[in-house]
This record gives sequence, C-alpha cells and structure tokens, in this order.
Amino acid sequence: MLRYVLRRILYAVPILVGVALLTFVLFYASASPQSLARRNLSTRNPTQEQIQQWLKDHGYDKPLSVQFKNHVTGLLVFRFGKSDATGEPIWNRIKQGAGPSGLVASLVFLTGLTAAISFAVAVAYFRGTYVDYFGTFLCVLLMSIVFIVYVIGLQYLLGKILKYGPIAGFQTGIAAWKFVLLPVVIGVLAGLGSETRLFRTFLLDEINQDYVRTARAKGVGERAVLLRHVLKNALIPIITSTVAAIPALILGSLVLENFFGIPGLGSYLIDAINSQDFAVVRAMVYLGSILYIVGLILTDIAYALVDPRVRLE
Amino acid sequence: MGRFFQSDLFYNLVPLLVTAALIFVVVRARRQPLWAEAYRRIGRNKIALTALGVICLYGFVALLDSIGSTDPKTQTRRTLLDRVFEKEKEKTYSAPGARMTTGEPIPSPLKAPGTHLLGTDGVGDDVLYRTLKGCRTAFIIGGLTSLIATPLALCLGLLAGYFGRRTDDAVQYTYTVLSSVPSILLLIALILVLGRGLLQICLALGITRWVGLCRLTRGETLKHRDRDYVRAARALGVSNARILARHILPNLLPVVIISVTLGFSGLILSEAILSYLGVGVGAEIGSWGNMIDAARDELARDPVIWWNLTSAATALFVLVLAFNIFGDALRDAVDPRLRSS
Repeated sequence: MLRYVLRRILYAVPILVGVALLTFVLFYASASPQSLARRNLSTRNPTQEQIQQWLKDHGYDKPLSVQFKNHVTGLLVFRFGKSDATGEPIWNRIKQGAGPSGLVASLVFLTGLTAAISFAVAVAYFRGTYVDYFGTFLCVLLMSIVFIVYVIGLQYLLGKILKYGPIAGFQTGIAAWKFVLLPVVIGVLAGLGSETRLFRTFLLDEINQDYVRTARAKGVGERAVLLRHVLKNALIPIITSTVAAIPALILGSLVLENFFGIPGLGSYLIDAINSQDFAVVRAMVYLGSILYIVGLILTDIAYALVDPRVRLE
Repeated sequence: MGRFFQSDLFYNLVPLLVTAALIFVVVRARRQPLWAEAYRRIGRNKIALTALGVICLYGFVALLDSIGSTDPKTQTRRTLLDRVFEKEKEKTYSAPGARMTTGEPIPSPLKAPGTHLLGTDGVGDDVLYRTLKGCRTAFIIGGLTSLIATPLALCLGLLAGYFGRRTDDAVQYTYTVLSSVPSILLLIALILVLGRGLLQICLALGITRWVGLCRLTRGETLKHRDRDYVRAARALGVSNARILARHILPNLLPVVIISVTLGFSGLILSEAILSYLGVGVGAEIGSWGNMIDAARDELARDPVIWWNLTSAATALFVLVLAFNIFGDALRDAVDPRLRSS
C-alpha cells in the first residue's frame, strides 16, 4: 500500500513541473517585463531607473533561463514571491484567505454531494415514472441557468424582498455561519442539476447488472437493493466525477466570495485580475493545480482502499 | 487582397457560407443509413424538434446581425438587425413599454414612447435590441471555439489512440498537465496574456476545451484499433492515414457530434461567467454576460431596474436549455447504447 501511495505521488511530479512550465511560458515569455513594470508603477511616466529598480525588486531583470529556474524551484517549494501590484508577499495573503475559502468550498462540496446523491437515489427509485421524467427535466432546467443569475437572483430575493440579514461580509469563529449560509445554499443549488443527472445515470448503469437481479431473486426489497447494493457500487464513478468537478468548485467559490464579500482566495484572485497582477494570478494557477492533483491522488488511494478490484501494481 | 478581408463582401460572405455549409451537411447526412435512422427518431420527438426550432431562430437572428454594409456617412458597419432597430437613443432607463424615463428625479418623456418593448438601459439603448445582439456573440463563441477545439482534439486523440507508445505518452502528458490547471484559472490566465476580445476568448476557451474531447477520442480509437475491420484493412495494405480517416474517424463521428452539441451550452454559459469576472468580451460587443454583469447594481436601485437582467438571463437560459434538450435527444437518437435511461 505504501509503495502504491509513493508511486502515485511520484507520478505527480512531472505533471507539477509541466504546470510550472506552462505558467512560465504564459506569464514570462509572452508579456515583456518592461510593460509589466510600466503597468504596475504608480507614477504616470516612470523613469528608466524606476523601471530597472522595479524589475530588480521583482526578479524580472535576470536572464530568462535563470528566471525559469527560479520560477520552477520557487513553485515547487511554495515560494511565490511578492505581488506585482502591491509588493506584499503572496504567501501571507494565501494564508489569510485559505480559511474562509476552505470553509465555503468544503461546505459546498459536502452538502452538494450529499444532496445530489440523495436526489439521484430518489429519482432512480422512481425510474420510468413521471417523478423520474419531471425530476430529470428539473435538472436540465437547473443546469441551464447561468451561475451568476442564481447569485444575483437569490441575493435580491433574500436581501431586498425578505429582508434577510447579512447578505455580504464575513466574521471568524462561530458567527461565520450567518455569512456562509447563503453562499453555500447558492453553491449547492448551482451544481445540483448536473450532478443529480449524472449520478442518476451511474445508478441506472448499475441497476441492470447481474448482481442486482440476484439480490432481487433472493427477495431483497427494492429500497435495500438500491441503498445497499447499487449505491455502494455507483459510488466509484460518483467519486471520480466529483474529483473531476473540483475545478468547477474553484470557479464557484471565485464568484461567490467576490459577491458576498468573503475575504478568501477568490476575492484575492479577482482583485489581482482587475489590477493585472501577474504574480498573484501565477501563484493561484499553480495552487489550484496542486489542489486538483492532490484530489486525484486521494481518489486513487480511496479506490485502492475501497474497491478490491483495483490492483495496487 | 488585404482590402478584400476588410470589405463588406468578405464580412457578409463568411456567415452566409457557414450557414450554407451547415445546411448542406445536414441535408446530405440524411442519405446515410446511420443518420437516416437518427433523423427519423428526432422527427418523432416533438420536444427535440421544438428545441431545434428555437436554436434555428436564435441562429437566424445571429445571421441577421452578421450581414450588413458600411454606412458611407458615418463609416461604421451596420447590420440588418441594426437597421431594423433604427431608433434614437433615449436619455436613460425606462420601463418596458413606458412613456417616461425611470431613475431620474424628474422623469422626462421618451423620444419614442411606448416602442421599447423591453425598456431601455442606462445609456438609453433598447434592451430588446441589446438582447438580440447577444445571439451573434453566443453563436460565435460556441461555433468558433468548437471549430478550434474539435480538429485539434480529433487529430491528437486519433494519433494517440492509434499509434500508442511515445505518441500516446506525449499527448497524454500534454492534456494531463492542461487539465490539472482548473479551467477557469487557465482561462483567466490565457485571456490576461492574449488580451481581451472575441477571437482571443474563443482561442482561450478552445485551449481549455479540447482536452475532454481528446480524451474521449483517444479512448474510442483504442477500442476500434484492434477490431476486425481495422485489421482487415491493414491486411489489405491500406495506409495508416487512410485507416484513420476513412475507417476509424467515421465511427467516432456520432460520439464527437454529440459531445460538441452538448458542449455548446457550456461554452455559452462560460461567456457570461467570464464577463462577470472581468475577462469577457469587451463592452463594445453586445453580449448577455455584459448585460447580466451590468445588472448587478441595477437591482439595488429604487425603483428596481429588472428588465435588463431578466431579458438577458431569459435569452441565455432559453438557448442553453434548447441546446441541452436537443443534445440529449441527439444522443438518444444516434447511439441507443449511450442512452441516459
């Protein structure tokens, strides 16, 4: 088992190097440092010296090969450097933002997964009936609404019509629930349609297997078949697809955090986009990839633990 | 030659040729046995036909907004849609069908009272006109991105699946790296680097979108590679290129077409989200994303300006819904094995 985990982690190294290479090509090779400096220096017409100083401060003055080496090694040990726009160390902001972001994202993830699985099981239980048709159609409807409309619409409905208090802001500790509730509800709602529909097909794929027929022939009730036999086996594709949906989760928290004024990584990134802060965007791209790769590794390990058919070799 | 590419003739020829090519392909495909069966099944499906009708209607509006001529007086290009909605700009917001403006301390009478069916927006533009303008943007984003991503994904997927070994490793490594970067972050990064604009956004979306299709193509090619018909072709001395193009590719087409159709709706939705994040198409190009983005502050006003958001969101919702429904119907019709129930 340990060997399997180690090997799986080693596989991730070339991919991380690839991501570092990609971000380097994107950010260093395409935009000239001169124009970056001009954009980020506050004075209207910076002198050549000021530009040189800025380039030196941010490490853009070295030859491209040295920059590349610094970039890759820096990313591999999480040394992200300073923000292009404010000069603040990026790592500090990431540490501050990780808490609120992680709270919202993990709540959306867990609640969303539970809700989607429950709905999918319910729809699959009534398969072929009008409940099924209606449920599936509802999913397609939910899928077709753009994420932002959920945010704007619900915020309007709750804030302006129902006068539900606080609709933006953040607090640490227990009081956070008031501020987190609405974003989480919206995040769950936005992903519910596509997830339920997908999970339903996974469940229906399993329902036609031989072992289900055997279970029914033994006299196991329909509910027990669904919950005890089918759901267990359908969990494998469900887990795969949820890990694949982590990038979508990141998108969701970007918009949600920005809209609800939650001081997380999403707000940080959107500020960085608006001020064209390449260093921060670069760091966030890399961080997002790491999260995704870690998710993939954890999934593979979970498979190996849960499914005896997955061989460790 | 350079002048030709900037002339009205060129700008009118491209959308007309694309439409003609689409109609030609759709009509010709009916003659093939596999597709004839699919046509019959879709023909029986009333909901799918309605969805197709809605898509065609949006497409027609987009076409109207693509054909036009340069106005000799102002030297700006005006499309047929612009000519239909030739009205004077109002001063500011006005409710649907209203005679007076809204949002000013003292409402003033409109220049064209009662003619703005969906009201006007902050700068006095007709909202119905702005909404219809969004059709073209949506179709360009969906269509051009598919045109960029599909050939790339098909080529690499076919090569990787068919030749295996080094080719497969290289292609797999490329798309694993690309897909490890969450697509929204990659999109933002690409657009920051490429610059804002319709073409750049299509390119960025194309770069993030080909991965899924490539993975699908590779998997399907792997399945077909060792089937008897491919072995027979190889035994007869058919070249690799010909096997890929004439034997394997046609077998992949149904899966590819379904995936592209279903992907269309996702692309249209991404445009709205990118506009919200501040990396969408520029404000000078009418798009639903821009309208929804602008509506954020409008709901906080008193009286509430709801028509801008509602129009754009409804237009977007109906088109995406139509694509989702039609894509599902197409999947069921073309490949019963892939059926969702």
